[in-house]
Amino acid sequence: MDIRVQEDSFDLGAEANAFAARQKGMGAVVTFTGIVRDLGEGDLQAMQIEHYPGMTEKAISKIAEEALSRWNIGDILVIHRHGVLKAEDLIMMVATSSRHRVDAFQAAEFLMDYLKSRAPFWKKEVTPEGADWVEAKDEDEDALSRW
Amino acid sequence: MDVLYFAWVRERIGHPKDKIETNAGTVRELVEELRSREERYEAAFADLDALRVAVDQELTDFDASLDGAREVAFFPPMTGG
Repeated sequence: MDIRVQEDSFDLGAEANAFAARQKGMGAVVTFTGIVRDLGEGDLQAMQIEHYPGMTEKAISKIAEEALSRWNIGDILVIHRHGVLKAEDLIMMVATSSRHRVDAFQAAEFLMDYLKSRAPFWKKEVTPEGADWVEAKDEDEDALSRW
Repeated sequence: MDVLYFAWVRERIGHPKDKIETNAGTVRELVEELRSREERYEAAFADLDALRVAVDQELTDFDASLDGAREVAFFPPMTGG
């Protein structure tokens, strides 16, 4: 299990390759990457991501432990950034490995659903009109009930 | 006890952290104490449904006990991922 909370960007290809190369006896690697989406017409000047140092790492580890206990998973990688990002910057990635693909796919979805509403990050969008905190969506909370 | 604020809770209160002495037995009692401090605390804690709380870095609810707690944090619903 490799959990990283960092300000710096990361190299998606290098991380995915290194993760895949570490796996022994695994037939599947699934990766998901979150990217800062522009609001259209280049309106997004910045996305600020605040987090709760100390709790963030613990909360993500707990979610990853839960995934390991539910699915037949070889390994999990989570990288999540904080600080000031711009449109098209990478925000985060998860990678999972398993012997057969279903476990890796499901565990990656589970991780994403829980990271969205149970890991202490808060996003703020800065546009020419001002800065606004991104509101949590009901559907993000609802997504947890399927697990 | 350290009381931490994040995102718009921090902005409404105006700083990220208070160090306080309290006899509050639960999170809810602590919130009542904070609300009676000043207008900006009242504004930040006006709607508890819009807030989440962690005690010693574990997500919990407003009825949680503060027995032995060292750190309490208040924040809006999280928007990670």
